[in-house]
Amino acid sequence: MAASPMASLKVLALALLMGAPLLAQSYGVGRTPTAEEIRAWDISIGPTGEELPPGRGTVREGAQLYRTKGCASCHGATGLDGKAPLLKSRNGANPDVWARGRILPVRAPFATTVWDYINRAMPLNREGTLTADEVYSLTAYLLFINDVIAEDLVLDPQSLPKVAMPIGDKYAALPEWKPRTPRLKGYPH
Amino acid sequence: MSSKRPARREFLKSGAALAGGFTLGGAASLSGQTPASDQAHHSPPMIKEGKDQIAYGERSSHVTSVRIAHGGRPSPDNWGLTFHVAAPLQDSVGVITPSSLHYMGTTRGSFLPDVDPREHRLMIHGLVDRPLTLTMEDLKRLPSVTRLHFIECAGNRSSRRAKNVQETHGMTSCAEWTGVLLSTLLKECGLKGTASWFVAEGSEEVKGASSMPIAKAMEDCFVAYGMNGEAVRPQNGFPLRLMVPGFEGIFHTKWLRRIKVVDRYYMNYNDFGHLDQDAKVAALDYQIGPKSVITFPSAGQQLPGRGSYEISGLAWSGGGAIKLVEVSTDGGKRWNKAEFKGTPQRMAHARFGYQWNWDGQEGELQSRCTDELGQVQPSRAQIAKYWNKPYDQTFSVPGLDNSIQPWKIAGDGSVTNGFA
Repeated sequence: MAASPMASLKVLALALLMGAPLLAQSYGVGRTPTAEEIRAWDISIGPTGEELPPGRGTVREGAQLYRTKGCASCHGATGLDGKAPLLKSRNGANPDVWARGRILPVRAPFATTVWDYINRAMPLNREGTLTADEVYSLTAYLLFINDVIAEDLVLDPQSLPKVAMPIGDKYAALPEWKPRTPRLKGYPH
Repeated sequence: MSSKRPARREFLKSGAALAGGFTLGGAASLSGQTPASDQAHHSPPMIKEGKDQIAYGERSSHVTSVRIAHGGRPSPDNWGLTFHVAAPLQDSVGVITPSSLHYMGTTRGSFLPDVDPREHRLMIHGLVDRPLTLTMEDLKRLPSVTRLHFIECAGNRSSRRAKNVQETHGMTSCAEWTGVLLSTLLKECGLKGTASWFVAEGSEEVKGASSMPIAKAMEDCFVAYGMNGEAVRPQNGFPLRLMVPGFEGIFHTKWLRRIKVVDRYYMNYNDFGHLDQDAKVAALDYQIGPKSVITFPSAGQQLPGRGSYEISGLAWSGGGAIKLVEVSTDGGKRWNKAEFKGTPQRMAHARFGYQWNWDGQEGELQSRCTDELGQVQPSRAQIAKYWNKPYDQTFSVPGLDNSIQPWKIAGDGSVTNGFA
């Protein structure tokens, strides 16, 4: 993780110099989870993909899994015609990505978001049953049917975070939130 | 008891025009009926108390106020998922929403998890010096806070099709929440210098997760195990939920199991849902603006005749405490200062009242509020002007809609949605 060990050491040294327990008030409640426990629970896959598990997947395998894992029964055979949310844009050729609709494998700024959601939340009522390889394959398939990646691209922990999503950086940053501040300057509120 | 029932049903029918809530008694007297209780020796029928009612009380069978599915999607739906369910604000009194009537929302439609509190754990990890796993027992050993807060869904917006205040505004509720400040927990873990965001995650099947600024975590977020004097209800996140006072409802992660401290917006599924092309809209879909609504008289209700009424309503803001509520009875031409019932709390519903003498003429009721930051609740016309758009039936308020709600009073005392 990002914080440098040097920085922590400096803080510790400072604490010792001050002769005070800088390491905040400790109630001594709770316990320290092991690295393995954290790995087992940590399903948050951020934009860098640093949490991605080993594995690999292809469009071809994804297309098969889409049928055999039940995706098609809710999202439709082509991702266009089910009761569950669309997985393919009806307007995929539109140069304005926002006009293609709020479709995860189209509008997500990072392919990691697609991987994360399939892994944590699909298939409905059987969440958590897909293997890492299967999630890579399904991600590849959904990106392929939306013309985001080529058919022969193999997705793995290295290639997935590098996928250039169609939205690029064409989305607004969230406001830098500050306490006791109006939600938007100049708005009639 | 059963032999008394038919008579009671007749009585209910006669009062039903006014409300499904507990204003029924008032309806009978206002409409000039003579209640049976005026007879000197009348005894009301008895409620047969079973062991269950002794152990955990029930409301009166005369009180029929219920939640409804919101936004045209049933809850539970065909898959058994709960999605959006609205609170009956038209019958509300005071500022607390009873836990049984608190609105509900879930990430994509969710099954209600039956979490065993003895098994439940909260893990805090990521950019911290000392990751921490806490049991519910551990959490209850730490210093607690008890605070009144509203939670409002981003989808809480009025439309001209809405028939009553439950449909226009029912996706907000207010409860008393008890738990441990997130700042207490994060100080216990020790934040690393690069910590700028955190991800909160629930333990339901969809594992709903959202990114939030660490500044908010250190300001006033807390993990709540108590709600209105008892354990948080399953529909509201039992045994533990995150409170993010004043932010949109979806951030208030239910069935909270994990907090990961990170250095960037993590772009979870919920985060992706918050993206917008326009930074202004993104800002309006975050911290909730000042908002109020008159709950009585409101659309679907009926004034039985001219005379004195207390106009009653709720006001709230994500920016802090409500400082002022004004009521107009003439469609916004003149504004009158309303009275607060109790002291408004920060990021909580405030109850206001304004005593009004209805002259039997057509009119339009509105309320608007001002919060501690000086933010004033706008009309839809003002919002349209801000966006340089014509204000007509096609105008849709970008971001969370906090606009003024007009209620029309007809000459016969019927109340309807002013947007219709």
